[in-house]
Amino acid sequence: MSATGIGAAVRRKEDQRFITGKGQYTDDISRPGETRALFVRSPHAHAKIKKIDTAAAQKMPGVVAVLTGEQLAADKIGHLICGWMIHSKDGSPMKMAPHPAIASGKVCYVGDPVALVVAETLAQAKDAAEKVAVDYEPLAAVVDPAKAKAGAQIHEVAPGNTIYEWHLGDAKAVDAAFRSARHVTKLDIVNNRLVPNAMEPRVAIGEYDAGNDSLTLWNTSQNPHVARLVISAFIGMAPEHKLRVIAPDVGGGFGSKIFIYPEEVACLWASKRTGRPVKWTSDRSEAFLADAHGRDHLTHAEMAFGPDGKILALRAKTIANLGAYMSTFSSSVPTYLYATLLSGQYDIAHIYCEVDAVYTNTVPVDAYRGAGRPEATFVVERLIEVGAREQGMDPAELRRKNFVKSFPHQTPVIMTYDAGDYNASLKKAMEIADVKGFAKRRRDAARNGKLRGLGYSTYIEACGIAPSQAVGSLGAGVGLWESAEVRVNPTGSVEILTGCHAHGQGHETTFAQVVADRLGIPIENISVVHGDTDKVQFGMGTYGSRSGAVGISAIVKALDKVEAKAKKVAAHMLEAAERDIVFKDGKFTVAGTDKAAAWGDVALNAYIAHKFSGQELEPGLKEGAFYDPTNFTFPAGCHICEVDVDQETGETRIVNWTAVDDFGTVINPMIVEGQVHGGIAQGVGQALLEGAVYDKDGQLVSGSFMDYAMPRAENFPPFNVGTTVTKCPSNPLGIKGCGEAGAIAAPAAVINAITDAIGSEEVTMPATAQTVWRALQKANRLRPAAE
Amino acid sequence: MYAFSFHRPTTVRQAVNLLAKHEDAKLLAGGHSLIPVMKLRLASPPVLIDLSRVEGLSAVELKGRSIVIGAMVRHADVARSKEVREHLPALAEVPGAIGDPHVRHAGTIGGSIANNDPNADYPAACLGLGATIVTSKRKIAADDFFTGMFSTALEPDEIITKVSFPIAKKAAYQKFKHPASGFALVGVFVSKRASDIRVAVTGAGANGVFRVKAFEEALAKRFAPKSLDGLSVKPDGLNDDIHASAEYRAHLVGVLARRAVADAIKR
Ligand SMILES: Cc1cc2nc3c(=O)[nH]c(=O)nc-3n(C[C@H](O)[C@H](O)[C@H](O)COP(=O)(O)OP(=O)(O)OC[C@H]3O[C@@H](n4cnc5c(N)ncnc54)[C@H](O)[C@@H]3O)c2cc1C
Repeated sequence: MSATGIGAAVRRKEDQRFITGKGQYTDDISRPGETRALFVRSPHAHAKIKKIDTAAAQKMPGVVAVLTGEQLAADKIGHLICGWMIHSKDGSPMKMAPHPAIASGKVCYVGDPVALVVAETLAQAKDAAEKVAVDYEPLAAVVDPAKAKAGAQIHEVAPGNTIYEWHLGDAKAVDAAFRSARHVTKLDIVNNRLVPNAMEPRVAIGEYDAGNDSLTLWNTSQNPHVARLVISAFIGMAPEHKLRVIAPDVGGGFGSKIFIYPEEVACLWASKRTGRPVKWTSDRSEAFLADAHGRDHLTHAEMAFGPDGKILALRAKTIANLGAYMSTFSSSVPTYLYATLLSGQYDIAHIYCEVDAVYTNTVPVDAYRGAGRPEATFVVERLIEVGAREQGMDPAELRRKNFVKSFPHQTPVIMTYDAGDYNASLKKAMEIADVKGFAKRRRDAARNGKLRGLGYSTYIEACGIAPSQAVGSLGAGVGLWESAEVRVNPTGSVEILTGCHAHGQGHETTFAQVVADRLGIPIENISVVHGDTDKVQFGMGTYGSRSGAVGISAIVKALDKVEAKAKKVAAHMLEAAERDIVFKDGKFTVAGTDKAAAWGDVALNAYIAHKFSGQELEPGLKEGAFYDPTNFTFPAGCHICEVDVDQETGETRIVNWTAVDDFGTVINPMIVEGQVHGGIAQGVGQALLEGAVYDKDGQLVSGSFMDYAMPRAENFPPFNVGTTVTKCPSNPLGIKGCGEAGAIAAPAAVINAITDAIGSEEVTMPATAQTVWRALQKANRLRPAAE
Repeated sequence: MYAFSFHRPTTVRQAVNLLAKHEDAKLLAGGHSLIPVMKLRLASPPVLIDLSRVEGLSAVELKGRSIVIGAMVRHADVARSKEVREHLPALAEVPGAIGDPHVRHAGTIGGSIANNDPNADYPAACLGLGATIVTSKRKIAADDFFTGMFSTALEPDEIITKVSFPIAKKAAYQKFKHPASGFALVGVFVSKRASDIRVAVTGAGANGVFRVKAFEEALAKRFAPKSLDGLSVKPDGLNDDIHASAEYRAHLVGVLARRAVADAIKR
């Protein structure tokens, strides 16, 4: 391993600009003649818009335009779409309601944009926005997803507010297996609604160029090409070649910046109408109402066990709250990203899952770090933990007994696990966590009035999203391959163009490491270009831990082509047969001789083209590739959480955390560890702190950091992070992906630990001190009666 | 934020005059309560009177058997003040538990007390130590100063200049942090002086900070956590919100009071 090659903990190249304040985020960009946009948003969860009077606002100082949904419709700007078709059990297609970028006729959630004020300054826009008079007729709000079917109908197309009633698996076989079970574990689970809260709020700048009749959108996107495709093909803003989308430095996304949002569409449209660049910067309060939320499932789940603890079957019935409109990928999250992972790390013969997706008068819900897989993992890992307790078995032993042990393994829910060693990660995690010493630690804690508990989460996820044919057959509107271009300059330095997008992942470092490793050049000589549809031909962006497994694979494929071409050039330079050229450590040699050419010389010769004729070889050294994966990848591992619960207050402190993950090949262990840390922090946030709360009228009462608790450093002990490695057999470097693992594994580990500590399973997320205290109170009341 | 005019007096008298002259003017101390609500356009004072240049508001002094803190002393400066740490360490803990370093280096004791947020920490210390709030006009006992949620005995043209805390033999503050805001979900300050035992509670009361007489009487018999066993406050009238029910807050008052007494005894 070289100091900067694959496997080296290279310091992040991009940090030079990020930590010195030199990053260029969308809000840092100012366009000549720029105006500022402010959205007037609905204060009602559900209401008819009787009238919008913009006359007074138009007259306010600095106002350039006040635009409404009616004008948007008159200009024939298309609706936002959900790009993944799901069919109900009865074969009917999902009920996608029209979603205009600015509401017209009615509003469906608090925060739904009703007008757009464009002014010279933000303060002027705010002043004018206060003068926009909207006459609402409030309607009954649907807030609780469990009651959505009986609630007031939100969209004409969706009777009973039902988007789809989907299922996966063989219900009959599952019922039969349950009938033969010796023990059945049953749980009701709430997977709490989360607000993504990326550090950088969303921003959009739309700029119309009348000279070329073209539009440019700067936005905080995880996938600028997909944004361009949707805004062009579905929304009809401009032909694809007349729309450029640039997503510069982006400060975190966690899924929430995948989607195509109303504000981006509205800024482009407003720019076209006003002839001025239009910039919108979300503030934090607005982000709570304008960014797609995550999770929000209600699930009843059951696991059937045989006499020896063997899992016979699993069934789950889930209500997924998709909010007021279907966001870009919302339909896929509680279906193909969820139910397909319900086998966990276990060999389960029969699985059946039903999912009802419903509309409610709340912010739209879509993918958030892990997307579906945290929900699945929580179901499976809670069931097995509780199952072990109910049957008086050791939870680690019960897991071990049921692990998938031979590969490839076909689950009853679509997935084919390709490689893994679940026992190895469990064993290593148990050693690091000193599970043997737990009983003593528990006794010691009890002496200090603390209840100590230990919880496992042996999770699996599907990353490397995804084989295009496979996702196409499941309803995806796009293919999920990735593209790369390797441009070698005449001096031998290299630019990598990728369709992935970095917003915290460190691609500029890891992608360069792969190239440095392959070409034997210093990583300083490599730069990574991404996030601009005028520079990179096409790409699918970054989410679902796909950039390593899919994005890097595309780079490797392009590097193969570059190397092949370079060998041809070297053969001419060294006057040898192409097949005799050997490329190693940045040098081309002729096998069995001492003739050699350095990488830089070959690059130069490729461009000056003095050593070969145009008939023999094209000049230049630049190759592109599209890589379409042949399977998902399956990162998996074991997290062990140890907590102390304060008996008097119910407060939980995490005292130890062990994570042993199998991510296949690791390009940069430091970056991977950082991803694991961040993932755990978000997972713990979900388990202990975070939860979007709506009141019965559909007001988001946890709408700021004063009420919505984000995890802080003080909530965590140092993490003990380890890895085991089974290479992914389906991609060239054996990469599985690591971006979401922590967030997927953590919630179940935390709740398993708390419930272990307090001896009650009645703990819902977020397990705040009050929640745990109540569970303790209840358990204490029940205990004497039971004894 | 809306536009406002800005004044920067250098004496208390000038500040008082400006207050008297401009209706709806607001004093600006650390700005860490006022500016956020102005940014959200929830407050729109037409005139701000900045106290940062006013003389004589920034000292921490030991005066006889009292610690006297100027209204403009920042939280961080109280937390690390030698006088306070030596003579009344429980008081140093209170600003030390406020917010984050940003807040502690900008927010002031005067601003905190004048604001009287029902979840703020300083009001518990003032009431729990029987402090005297000194203003441009008079001296107000803490018992009379905090009159309800975000309301105080201050008159419109009155400025807090100092807060005087009698030194207590034994005192301690226990704060149970609100998981999101970091303010006190419940905070209990207890103190024992020869003449006086005080238990003051913040965070829990719908009308802001309050004393728990039943606890004080029990502790007067014997200043020990055990004296509070079996005692609790009634949930009626306590805050009840998405973060904690009145019942849970009532429970925490008991737990934190016992812990505070235990801490105070250890000193
Ligand atoms: C993120 C954050 C976290 C926080 N966490 C906590 C916490 O954990 N605990 C806690 O107790 N507080 C907390 N606070 C509040 C913080 O302590 C404030 O600084 C304090 O409440 C107000 O002090 P200030 O100096 O900033 O006052 P300002 O915001 O300047 O003023 C507040 C009010 O007091 C008035 N005022 C100011 N000075 C005087 C005076 N001398 N005489 C009369 N009236 C005056 C002003 O006119 C205004 O109405 C937090 C604040 C923030 C922003």
